[in-house]
Amino acid sequence: MPKLGHDPQLTRNGELQHLLTLDGLPKAILEQILDIAEPFTEVAEREVKKLPMLRGKSVFNVFFENSTRTRTTFEIAAKRLSADVINLNVATSSTTKGETLLDTVDNLCAMGADMFVVRHASSGAPYLMAEHLHATNRDHISVVNAGDGRHAHPTQGLLDMYTIRHYKKDFTNLVVAVVGDVLHSRVARSEIAALTTLGVPEVRVIGPKTLLPTGVERMGVRVFHDMNEGLKGVDVVMMLRLQNERMQGALLPSSQEYFKVWGLTPEKLALAKPDAIVLHPGPMNRGVEIDSAVADGQHAVILPQVTFGIAVRMAVMSMLAGG
Amino acid sequence: MELPDANGLCEQLAAQIRPQLTPDTALIGIHTGGVWLAERLHAALGIAEPLGIIDVAFYRDDFGSRGLHARPRKSDIPFDIDGRPLILVDDVLYTGRTTRAALNELFDYGRPGRVDLAVLVDRGERQLPISPRYCPLTLTEPLPAGSRLRLSRSEAGELSLRIINA
Amino acid sequence: MKIHIQNGRLVDPANKIDAQRDVFIADGKVVGVGSAPADFNADRIIDASGLVVAPGLIDLAARLREPGFEYRATLESEMEAAMAGGVTSLACPPDTDPPLDEPGLVEMLCFRALSLNCAHVYPIGALTVGLKGESITEMAELIEAGCVAFSQANTPLVDTQVLLRAMQYAATFGFRVWLQPTDPFLGKGGMAHDGEVASRLGLTGIPVETETVALATHLKLAQATGAKLHVTRLSSAAGLALIDQARADGLDVSCDVAAHYLHLCDMDIGYFSPLCHMDPPLRGQRDREALRAGLADGRINAVCSDHTPVDDDAKQMPFGESEVGATGLELLLPLTLKWAHESKVPLMQALARVTSDAAGIMGITKGGHLGVGARADVCVFDAAAERLVTRASLKSQGKNTPFLGISLPGVVRYTLVEGRVMFENEAR
Repeated sequence: MPKLGHDPQLTRNGELQHLLTLDGLPKAILEQILDIAEPFTEVAEREVKKLPMLRGKSVFNVFFENSTRTRTTFEIAAKRLSADVINLNVATSSTTKGETLLDTVDNLCAMGADMFVVRHASSGAPYLMAEHLHATNRDHISVVNAGDGRHAHPTQGLLDMYTIRHYKKDFTNLVVAVVGDVLHSRVARSEIAALTTLGVPEVRVIGPKTLLPTGVERMGVRVFHDMNEGLKGVDVVMMLRLQNERMQGALLPSSQEYFKVWGLTPEKLALAKPDAIVLHPGPMNRGVEIDSAVADGQHAVILPQVTFGIAVRMAVMSMLAGG
Repeated sequence: MELPDANGLCEQLAAQIRPQLTPDTALIGIHTGGVWLAERLHAALGIAEPLGIIDVAFYRDDFGSRGLHARPRKSDIPFDIDGRPLILVDDVLYTGRTTRAALNELFDYGRPGRVDLAVLVDRGERQLPISPRYCPLTLTEPLPAGSRLRLSRSEAGELSLRIINA
Repeated sequence: MKIHIQNGRLVDPANKIDAQRDVFIADGKVVGVGSAPADFNADRIIDASGLVVAPGLIDLAARLREPGFEYRATLESEMEAAMAGGVTSLACPPDTDPPLDEPGLVEMLCFRALSLNCAHVYPIGALTVGLKGESITEMAELIEAGCVAFSQANTPLVDTQVLLRAMQYAATFGFRVWLQPTDPFLGKGGMAHDGEVASRLGLTGIPVETETVALATHLKLAQATGAKLHVTRLSSAAGLALIDQARADGLDVSCDVAAHYLHLCDMDIGYFSPLCHMDPPLRGQRDREALRAGLADGRINAVCSDHTPVDDDAKQMPFGESEVGATGLELLLPLTLKWAHESKVPLMQALARVTSDAAGIMGITKGGHLGVGARADVCVFDAAAERLVTRASLKSQGKNTPFLGISLPGVVRYTLVEGRVMFENEAR
């Protein structure tokens, strides 16, 4: 009954103010981010890998959950844009002393933050930050969601789209399969949102019923439980990471059985199109969700994903910081 | 205001540059008009090195207030610039800010031997201490405030100068 | 003090009255309806022209946060809220700190409430010691101390054998057992209704079966033990269907719904609004419609506020970490009126759900009606006026509700408790 407010990640003029999710992000903005990312890929090849755009700006990487890899790529992206980067591993500091998320935000604002890159274990935490910044008249400070709970990991979704576009050019004739633990995956949610927005005609999800969210079909996907069926004729295979703690227990009996049924092996991959590409957000569990022969094989574009990830994050940060 | 024929200016510009060329001189065009012009010069002067292209969007000094425009392009400098004489090519020299941005960008690729500036038209309203070495036309009167002078290219590849009023 | 409430529209569901009648009050009781008793000289005349005169509201669930959570709310602040909301009697759940599991605690609460001389407070005793679900409480003594029923509040009773014993023991005395049907495992770690919204937002889901599985158990045990079962905070269509079925099988069971569930569903979570973090979770649109219909036709017997003051620090958190609950005492009447208006339920029927029907569930006879001789607990309100809900306008110390910024119908003008005017708001 309360009115669903305006999307907090967009300004009143419909421009990107924060990057919180890809779900509901207009197609034009999605494409704009991918377009802007393209020239940034070239910067990595220069002698001086630095652009002046965020000179004098302070980017705070606030990680309430550890993630060396994501934090590092954000750090590189911000530094290539000449920002001052401050890394905070809040997982091991203030919140354990009882400071609330919003107190942390207020403190970092007082230190002159211009942008927050935030990773949090709770879905929606970056929204709370964005709303708080708005409520305290600090709309000039942007929030980039670097992964919140199971909800979203928009920059990962974007770099995946960049990778797909790089290899496949056009989204509108693709069959894409997302394989694995969709239930707990913020990456999967962002991927599905982006793929459907960009006009991929068939998005499939493949996994056991215990790892697919309720009503996943209503996200615009076809559900497969049989990997061999699901991989038939696909252009892109997007693997998801299976967290250690979920490999055995009530969701799955064992990592061995998981690998046997849903692990990506060369034999299963042979059912996809001959020029299919394989993505993985990393870090990979070899022998659990993916066979080493696939991870290191000619279909894998997992390392280019990482490289593109820096350009995509530079694009996002420069869009948020400029103007 | 009557604008001269761009193709004629282009020929004059090539004539100014030609005597100064050395075997390792390379051209770098600034997006978008500068690249069209550089392509013409590159052909007319028979330069051996491939053409370099830069988009100064990432180096503009008004990024903080205006942000990025919708679609910046990839810069592409397919040769080593260290120690090399370069000619930076742009269609119109106005405030000089684009040239400054281009110089900054160039120096992130290395340390050129020298950099000269070649433009088709100098509007004569510079805000920075920048001067073209090659320039066939300098306007004697300022254009009306807010109006922009642009090089455009027809589908057939013909260049022409146009004034776009604000 | 003799009070004459004149020219009002008396709506007294228990006595089936909906007509313009004056009400005469003396010595804390209603002494006349329609015509004044002989020799009645009013000390005060309340002009209720254009207003509804109804029995004071009876709220089946209002957390006053005492003892234990005085930083969130105090008896004083919440009593003021009750008065502003026209609530003159309320049941308070046992989930205080410590829980209401000892007669001394209940006596203290009753004593504190009595000394404030506001709404009548009816404690619900803990069904098990510390709400831990291990051993049953001294129910007979707790009743003597003032409890009207026993419950586990929101804490599920895991051990069904203990539940069976507790219901048997309560049934020995004919005591009421109020249970919120929540399976302790199915919604483990859950934050929101397991549906499309939770899936999209990545919020851990609480499936409808969390309610139905527990409810099926409760209904079977009520049948087996003969305990007087009242099901609290029904949230789903499937839950209501189970109750229908149990009644068809001959079980006498009552149930209630909290007022916000009549107007909200999981969609209202929007962009992770912690204000919509509730227990049980706001469910789907179809569930909401079923609850509205069930309340209209009486299959759901009463509506309560489920008043839960939560401080800002606990609410301004990421959705899943934020504390559940919303302030509600002052919104019970407006939300009930809004539902009645939208569902085309007659005012008398709607008010029954927050007065006489609720009194029946609590087993109290003194409140909930305005017949001659009744306790003069009265709520006089303007049904046509609207009020914008703002933090500043709420008397409760809990300022968090999903209805902030929304205009709701029904403005309380006078609240009388035992013939004393405890709240008045003359502004017209």
